[in-house]
Amino acid sequence: MRRIFDEMSGEDGAIRSAYETLSSWLDKVPREVLDQRRKEAEFIFRRIGITFAVYGEQNSQERLIPFDIVPRIITNQEWAGLSKGLEQRVKALNLYIKDVYSKREVLRAGIVPEDLVYKNPAFRPEMNGQRVPHDLYVHIAGIDIVRTDPDTFYVLEDNARTPSGVSYMLENREIMLRLFPELFSMHKVAPVDKYADDLLATLKSLSPRAGSEPNVAILTPGIYNSAYYEHSFLADKLGVDLVEGRDLFVKDNVVFMRTTEGPKRVDVIYRRLDDDFLDPLAFRPDSVLGVPGLMSAYQAGNVTLTNAVGTGVADDKAVYSYMPDIIRFYLGEEPLLPNVPTWRCREPEHLKYVLDHLEELVVKEVHGSGGYGMLVGPKSDKAQIEVFRAKLKHDPANFIAQPTLALSTCPTLVEEGVAPRHVDLRPFILSGSDRVRIVPGGLTRVAMKEGSLVVNSSQGGGTKDTWVLDA
Amino acid sequence: MLSRTADNIYWLARYVERADCLARILDVAQRLSYLPVTYGGSTNEWSSVLLTAGCADAFVEKHGPIENATEENVVSFLALDPENPTSIRNCFEVARTNARSVRTALTSEMWDAINASWIELRGFPDRALTREELTRFLAFVKETSLRFDGAMHRTMLRNDAFWFARTGVHMERADNTARILDVKYHVLLPDEEQVGGPLDYFQWASILRSVSALTAFHWVYRDSVKPWLVADLLILNRAMPRSLASCYENLANSLDDIADAYGRQGPSQRLARSIRARLTNQSIDDVFHTGLHEFISEFISDNNKLGAEITEQYLT
Repeated sequence: MRRIFDEMSGEDGAIRSAYETLSSWLDKVPREVLDQRRKEAEFIFRRIGITFAVYGEQNSQERLIPFDIVPRIITNQEWAGLSKGLEQRVKALNLYIKDVYSKREVLRAGIVPEDLVYKNPAFRPEMNGQRVPHDLYVHIAGIDIVRTDPDTFYVLEDNARTPSGVSYMLENREIMLRLFPELFSMHKVAPVDKYADDLLATLKSLSPRAGSEPNVAILTPGIYNSAYYEHSFLADKLGVDLVEGRDLFVKDNVVFMRTTEGPKRVDVIYRRLDDDFLDPLAFRPDSVLGVPGLMSAYQAGNVTLTNAVGTGVADDKAVYSYMPDIIRFYLGEEPLLPNVPTWRCREPEHLKYVLDHLEELVVKEVHGSGGYGMLVGPKSDKAQIEVFRAKLKHDPANFIAQPTLALSTCPTLVEEGVAPRHVDLRPFILSGSDRVRIVPGGLTRVAMKEGSLVVNSSQGGGTKDTWVLDA
Repeated sequence: MLSRTADNIYWLARYVERADCLARILDVAQRLSYLPVTYGGSTNEWSSVLLTAGCADAFVEKHGPIENATEENVVSFLALDPENPTSIRNCFEVARTNARSVRTALTSEMWDAINASWIELRGFPDRALTREELTRFLAFVKETSLRFDGAMHRTMLRNDAFWFARTGVHMERADNTARILDVKYHVLLPDEEQVGGPLDYFQWASILRSVSALTAFHWVYRDSVKPWLVADLLILNRAMPRSLASCYENLANSLDDIADAYGRQGPSQRLARSIRARLTNQSIDDVFHTGLHEFISEFISDNNKLGAEITEQYLT
């Protein structure tokens, strides 16, 4: 197997130019100083209250995501390529969803098999023929990117529902500014703090009511949600109200929030609540988190939901494998960011290949997320592999498989010192009626365990500040 | 109360507030200096820091022409230089000296806030601070003013001593906000070409940061950062504690409280009211119409006049 590409020391140990300053700084700085800073960072995280909850775990109501103090560096040129590719990808996602809920040309042209739409649990028949403002569905996207060598960035996953993590991107930078001013003075790092301003402009641009000042609110499931910190953080930075379902009501197909000054009309809802829970009258009747009548207000065009209802039809792992064709179909362009080669177990030849090569592949559930329900072949024992073999045979369409990529690594502070750990990157792409906005960088997630490829925070992954260097 | 006592309390409060303002200015300048040029970063930010801090003359005396300003010499000059009469170190020195001479007029909590900080300050080295040390130092300074202000509000009797202290805080604060606007007003002027580029955003955001109002901005206007709204927030918005309008609301009230207690109105009350009226009766459009720069220059000179009136009427 070929050597793993380290973003600082390349494949052959020669420090890459973007990392020269950081590398010599790391050589000089005493270990105690790094440890001290890491402790300070943890202290600040606790003080600010940046915590998250892991579902199904006792006594871990408020955990910290490990924060690694060694920044990850991306050059301006690399970023320029990435951001073009991201914009293209999100454009195609939006066109695809629009098509799926209207003319379905993509199905008629045979690009995507019909059952991937109709049998998709995230498909919302309520959205058929439903126009949404500016034909935009995915206003806030998180596209997960991995890297395998100096020139290759793959899209690993599209998140078109309610991608989270942006508060970590912003807070990581604030903490780094506090802890390592010296490093910032040695690098020209593109700022990320315009995100809040960009998000607000994006949300306001989507208001269904022209002429009046749009009232934007963020809808949270409440304080027990794992991403609650992020919801409150964003509401504060945007200067908008953070509402729960019980703060809203619908009258004559118009959404209002209950305020001390009486009902106030709501125009745009950035909902951090899954489709299923939005409206007990339309979806899960047992949902107490939602707002009765919200869906009909939405269908009447009186309120904008971001992201739109039904976007999940575009971001599962089976649809993912068709994204390059989807991009070609709608945009007539070659994809700028390649997909990871993917075997669809729903297709018999693919399934056969996968079953024959389980030891070397990564197998994922089509609708899984958060790193749950996956098999990393090379890291698994015989028994685990056999369990998956049975699952695959039982319901092949529920799985895809990918080669075990040699994900790039970045220097990371761990027990035994600064050592390479695998990373990915989640940039956030905002699509408003006026334009697309992407702040340079995104959230870098890092697998803190040696050799591990799983970066999800629910699986013990950590985060890093991501620096896009301005030349 | 003795004029000297009132004078000490007034200046004690002014110096603590000034230290806080200087800390913010340095914080923001440091942050701006990390920005790539394409995002509005610039290397001659440091001379404008001296102007904003009102320390340009003293700097020139020590370091020669203002073009000599670098991050290193400006930071040490403003933070810890004993030779700069209004370095943060000297602000704390003077504040403590003032506090010592009027200990009986202060509550023990206020004295403790100022004295504990003064002791902690002596733990910072005499040499130039590293950037890490500076970050910690600035956090410490801001913490001090919070403690001092909190102690004042929670523990002081509402009598003339309290009102003179509040007068000092708001005189200094108004002066500081006005000087930030005076040095940066050109960034807020309408620009025909390319308003709203990333360069502008980070300049405007840094103005807001220097008065801790970046988050407040979004809450007040529920809009992206726009220059005329920044000006509105800092000049006319009475909900914003560091705006000129809010400072004058407080000034006029504190001075009225003093006048009520003493049973006599005087020139400082009249001047404070007339400045307040000007800030209340204008819209930001009017301000831009008459010229932002002219408006601010006039304000600064009026504010100085009020300082002189207060001194004349009460403190000498």
